[in-house]
Amino acid sequence: MKEIRNFCIIAHIDHGKSTLADRLLEKTQTIAGRDMQEQLLDNMDLERERGITIKSHAIQMNYTCQGENYILNLIDTPGHVDFSYEVSRSIAACEGALLIVDASQGIEAQTISNLYLALENDLEIIPVLNKIDLPGANPDEVADEVVDLLGCRKEEIILASGKEGIGVEEILAAIVERVPAPAGDPEAPLQAMIFDSVFNPFRGIEVYFRVLNGKIGKGDKVKFVNTGKEYDADEIGVLKFTQEPRQEIGTGDVGYLISGIKVAKEVKVGDTITHVDRPCAESVQGFEEVKPMVFAGIYPVDTSEYEELRASMEKLQLNDASLVWEPETSVALGFGFRCGFLGMLHMEIVQERLEREFNMTVITTVPSVQFHAVYADGRVEDINAPSEMPDPGGISHIEEPFIRAQIITKADYIGSVISLCMDKRGEIKNQVYLTADRVELTFEMPLSEIVFDFFDKLKTISRGYASLDYELIGFRQSNMVKLDIMLNGEGVDALSAIVHRDKAYEWGKRLCEKLKELVPRQMFEIAIQAAIGTKIIARTTVKALRKNVLAKCYGGDITRKRKLLEKQKKGKKRMRQVGNVEIPQEAFMAVLQID
Amino acid sequence: MEEMLTAIGRELVQRQDYIPPTVETIYFGGGTPSLLSSQQTGRLLNQIRKQFNVAAGAEITLEANPEDINERKARALADLGINRVSLGVQSFHDPILQKLNRQHSGRQAGKAIAVLQNQGIANLTIDLIYGIPGQDTSAWEDNLQQALALNVPHLSCYALTIEEKTALGNWQRKGKFKAADEAAYEEQYRLMCQILAARGYAHYEVSNFARPGFTSRHNMAYWQQKPYLGVGPGAHSYQGKSRQFNISHNARYIKALKQGTPWYQQETLNKTQVFNEYLLTGLRTSQGIDFNYIRQAFNRDIYSIHRPFIERCLSEGKATLADGKFVLKDNALILADSVIVELMMDDQ
Repeated sequence: MKEIRNFCIIAHIDHGKSTLADRLLEKTQTIAGRDMQEQLLDNMDLERERGITIKSHAIQMNYTCQGENYILNLIDTPGHVDFSYEVSRSIAACEGALLIVDASQGIEAQTISNLYLALENDLEIIPVLNKIDLPGANPDEVADEVVDLLGCRKEEIILASGKEGIGVEEILAAIVERVPAPAGDPEAPLQAMIFDSVFNPFRGIEVYFRVLNGKIGKGDKVKFVNTGKEYDADEIGVLKFTQEPRQEIGTGDVGYLISGIKVAKEVKVGDTITHVDRPCAESVQGFEEVKPMVFAGIYPVDTSEYEELRASMEKLQLNDASLVWEPETSVALGFGFRCGFLGMLHMEIVQERLEREFNMTVITTVPSVQFHAVYADGRVEDINAPSEMPDPGGISHIEEPFIRAQIITKADYIGSVISLCMDKRGEIKNQVYLTADRVELTFEMPLSEIVFDFFDKLKTISRGYASLDYELIGFRQSNMVKLDIMLNGEGVDALSAIVHRDKAYEWGKRLCEKLKELVPRQMFEIAIQAAIGTKIIARTTVKALRKNVLAKCYGGDITRKRKLLEKQKKGKKRMRQVGNVEIPQEAFMAVLQID
Repeated sequence: MEEMLTAIGRELVQRQDYIPPTVETIYFGGGTPSLLSSQQTGRLLNQIRKQFNVAAGAEITLEANPEDINERKARALADLGINRVSLGVQSFHDPILQKLNRQHSGRQAGKAIAVLQNQGIANLTIDLIYGIPGQDTSAWEDNLQQALALNVPHLSCYALTIEEKTALGNWQRKGKFKAADEAAYEEQYRLMCQILAARGYAHYEVSNFARPGFTSRHNMAYWQQKPYLGVGPGAHSYQGKSRQFNISHNARYIKALKQGTPWYQQETLNKTQVFNEYLLTGLRTSQGIDFNYIRQAFNRDIYSIHRPFIERCLSEGKATLADGKFVLKDNALILADSVIVELMMDDQ
């Protein structure tokens, strides 16, 4: 046990975590040069393209230091706020963390919140300034920032460059020297924590775990405490470049378990694995059921592909346990699914995976957060879709989820960041100068205000400097209303949204204008209206076409023209019909394009 | 030219059986048939008369540019039995003609009309173009008035269409030329319908107007799914169930006929395509489409399928429906493509 070191890496997107991790793997010869693929840890295509880690992974390295052989387990963490619970579990599986900070960018909001999480879990922090080879690097100033934040000594900070391979040896040595070996009782009943799972189409779900107490052997009868399900440990092993089966995984170590589990839902990150016949007394602290934060409808573009979409969603769910969905019907879009996502990135990922891995083209409707309808008798109902919004007369009030947002920005942009947050119904709670020109701002604001484009806006007004992290702090009473859109008097349910009353007029007006751009002119005039209940709050008109006919249609023109019009007809088939109006797919995403 | 005529002659021989033996209309068109000498035109006509039974009173049309028409030519055409001439006038205004790259002047056009009328070819049609940038509504009205004053009984009035691979298309791309806006098109279209209706011209197809007895029988045949035989490079034929397209490259066309290799491509129409063509040609004419015929021939109850749309057209005064015949009115003919696409069947 004393030769094991479990560590994770805390870093902001683009601060070079993956490149540095690759260097560690190279140095420890965990991966032969020919297998080296850039940014090896991020092995989903999507991840590599976006340069971020969506799912966390783990890998074991062997390292010899001063004649002693060590086992280093690197537990990678996802780099997006949508997945903060997974981050917390990865951190809980480690004794140490590399804090990687870009030497030119400085510390970012998300790094800080993950760092706090690591400190709460008593992790030993090894600060690393990365990208010191870049001309823009400012190691002195950033090092001061790190010293302020950690209260460490400046000498403890390692200067590195993943790209140039600088500092790699020092980092490995620091892991061995500074990160404590795992504690834990090898004789105690098995207590292991699940920190990740991966779907393997041939072998079922692979469960990644960290043994806290006791040990697990091949063939053991094990139980997942929170789901209560029991399995045989058909195969256990360690995660090298490939999986290496073992007879036993001991206390403090990290490994994988394969036991023919078919559904990702049975494997919950944070759950405890123990033995059936000698269970541990307590499960691992900190387990939470992952709850979706953002909801949206997903519909097949071609209505006949509903069953195919269902099959695809089921397959997707096999390796994405945080995706939840149920069937939903829309007048405008037909049959589809109401889906719950961890956040906007998760929603985008699901949509992209459906398109890439399953070849489905889908329409996603206006994303919305979960609201609560509170009745006079205190009863609370979830509202996951505008269509579930109850009649205002029947309820006491509506509550919406609020978050605490941490934003770190250059001091120059404080004014614009504050006004953006105020505009999003935010309330400033705190303002701390991290250095002379970097400020941490804390706001409380409604989650619904940040789900669309808040992050992009924040980046724009701060020229890319500001970074954001947030956590849910509970539900608060809000004056929310359901805004409906009507085309020629017929409601388009898929365009309804739940918005704050103070913003409804502006929202309605802009949505009408946007739709006017997106709905093609047709033979007849189209009235676009926004309404709250029966009250019309905005309207605009798509004027009728004035001319749509080709001049000549003799002999050979006929075929040509027929083909042309048949093509148009096909294009129309992809549109959705509400009453006598045809709506192109883009229109259902119009809400996302409103500034 | 001689080689071309020989090739066309060969094609005629080979396609003797493509259409029924009795021919109702003959049309010399596409390109510039007025470049043929009267003798050459006569040779072709003679061969047709020899091979087919040309009906008494058949409509025999020749397309001509105004600059190619003089008294001698007009007399010769009349002598050959040509009884209808279609003149590519386009405009009576010289600056516009120059803009459109035409060789003739407005005066020449007027003269050509008079010359043909003097030689007894009263069944005349001229092409005019509206929606030309730089030709405002009053200029367009003046063009129509000149045509009426010249006593032309049939007018083909085309909205300017700028196609990509043409000179105009190139100019437009380079910003040298700009199409008129929709509002101008619509205004000139409305004015044209009004003026011509007042003078007794029936608006019998999107772009065609005729006084009683002067409707083009040949063009109507296209729109009524009658079989037709087209010969020459780029010519197009229709047999009810299939269409045929000749090679349009002159030299290759000639070569193919000389060597006896295929000179055409064929396209077989399925029922959906036949139906869609019926819709698109029918809806463009004042005969409209016949719901009863559609039920019989295509087993399709178009009224039930598209009831809300059809009723909206009727209630907004865009169409009429009597005896199962659905006919677009002037104000909807300009939107005919929208209606056609709406009522079309998906080609599976």
